[in-house]
Amino acid sequence: MTSTTTWTTGRPADSGDQKSPTPGAPVPPAPKGHRLAGLKDRLYWGVSDALAVTQRNLIAYTRIPEMMVFSSIQPIMFVLLFRYVLGGAIHPVGYTYVGYLMPGIFVQTVCFGAMSTGIGLAEDLGKGLVERFRSLPMARSAVLAGRTTADLCRNVFVVLLMTVVGVAVGFRSGTGFFSFMAGVFILLAFAYALSWGSALIGLSARNAETAQAMAFPLLFPLTFASSAFAPVSSMPGWLQAFVRNQPVTVVIDACRHLMVVGPQPGSTWKALAWIVGMLAVFGPLAVRKYRRIA
Amino acid sequence: MENAAIVASGLVKRFGDVPALDGIDLAVPPGTVFGLLGPNGAGKTTTVRILTTILRPDAGEARVLGHDVVADPEAVRNSIGLAGQYAAVDENLTGAENLRLVGKLTHLPRPLIRERAAELLERFDLSAAANRPVKTYSGGMRRRLDLAASLVHRPPVLFLDEPTTGLDPRSRSDLWAVIEDLVAEGTTVLLTTQYLEEADRLADQLAVVDHGRIIAQGTPGELKAGLGSTVIEIGMPGEGSALMALQALVPLGVMPPTLDGTTVKLTVADGPSVLLDALRALDTEGIAPTGVTLREPSLDDVFLSLTGHAAVEESAA
Repeated sequence: MTSTTTWTTGRPADSGDQKSPTPGAPVPPAPKGHRLAGLKDRLYWGVSDALAVTQRNLIAYTRIPEMMVFSSIQPIMFVLLFRYVLGGAIHPVGYTYVGYLMPGIFVQTVCFGAMSTGIGLAEDLGKGLVERFRSLPMARSAVLAGRTTADLCRNVFVVLLMTVVGVAVGFRSGTGFFSFMAGVFILLAFAYALSWGSALIGLSARNAETAQAMAFPLLFPLTFASSAFAPVSSMPGWLQAFVRNQPVTVVIDACRHLMVVGPQPGSTWKALAWIVGMLAVFGPLAVRKYRRIA
Repeated sequence: MENAAIVASGLVKRFGDVPALDGIDLAVPPGTVFGLLGPNGAGKTTTVRILTTILRPDAGEARVLGHDVVADPEAVRNSIGLAGQYAAVDENLTGAENLRLVGKLTHLPRPLIRERAAELLERFDLSAAANRPVKTYSGGMRRRLDLAASLVHRPPVLFLDEPTTGLDPRSRSDLWAVIEDLVAEGTTVLLTTQYLEEADRLADQLAVVDHGRIIAQGTPGELKAGLGSTVIEIGMPGEGSALMALQALVPLGVMPPTLDGTTVKLTVADGPSVLLDALRALDTEGIAPTGVTLREPSLDDVFLSLTGHAAVEESAA
């Protein structure tokens, strides 16, 4: 047992290390200038704090590898299901089915991945970590910025993984490297915007289970009542109106164009407009919610 | 108090219609321990959250080392450490990673962070577990890490919200010793607790909180002198003899003895000698007790005598 040695006597043994100050002794806090210093310092610490929180969240992801594995298995099963079981019956015009499917899978995967932002924040709230963060002289923005940035990094990994899976089942980009990467950019930007929406849900839910329960009924219709797996024209008219105009379809269409058949400025701009719009709405709402949490 | 490390005056906070704080005033001189004693829901944690800038008061003001908690929260955050009953450390990180994270977020110079983390792990006997994820830690280890995390940037003022709630007696007395060391080094501590024993051992000044108000304040000695430092409980064979005993014991206690069923409860300043007098008095009356207990007053006794209601709130709301 480690706790049988006495730490109660306090000070560590004086092992010739006279310069080391007494632990816990009140010394004026280290950063002196940054409170009154200019915007530049504020920005520096804002970024530094956000990176520290990002790193903490990424380390946490590596400590629960089973979560990463299982959250990757589900989209891979979707790929296999639609590619080999259902896909033969679906005939989108102008695409091979695997070419049609993979952009849909990419977007679906980042949509469900976005739930982790809200779940993570709800957990931090429930466990009192946010409380500790709020008592530290760190940038107020760092908790949200660090969480969404960590989830962006996670999505980079997920998109990479799904690209490899796609290639393994016969997916080929027909548009060249740069156009494909533009599609990846749209995908990641959409995922980032969704993370802020998820943050809003997580901060409202305040515990992981509730956050998940709240997010799922929102994400399920958005991802399945979309153009992800089947052409919109095969759906009943009343549904088409919703499917064509909801953001998941818009982003999938933009990715399909950029990654598979060739960019169309119209679809790209429409996707970017949704992304910017979602950030503009969810960002401030999440920040406001975070500030008001008692 | 002009040079107090922590001052609060007239703090009011409501959550919806529920008043959590109803005018809290306190002043903590530098280098001392101030204990807020009270049951769950009395307003202790709300007070701490306002003083640590987590929550804004609806009315009143508070200063920590002269910095206003509402107007200048960042200066306050630079001078305080907070350790809580929730042991707010990240379970997925190791002990060392947790401390380094706090080091970064309190803007310690980079080269110092590693050194400071190692030093605290050593001090809190966590060196052997430094590179293990916190989820493998015991409750006492987590609490020690939580306290260590609040000390990374050497805050001159420390807030401890029920630091030992839920700990076993050994871990509790270990943590008390650490807190005493910190105070000996000059740290100012505000601590909340439900345990009279803890308040008595650690605090220089005590305030008893109930329903968002401070209902009694003083040194532990003063409070105990007012309340009696010992409780004598004498069990009687029946209600008639209990009433007789009640009468016979009136002159002996700090306050009138009370009756609970067939047990007479007497709060006194000097337990053993009053016990002798009490037994003599009963003997004179010709009544014999069935049981005698001598014990320290509990939080319940304090509350009962100060408020007339028990610390553990009855069902009425």
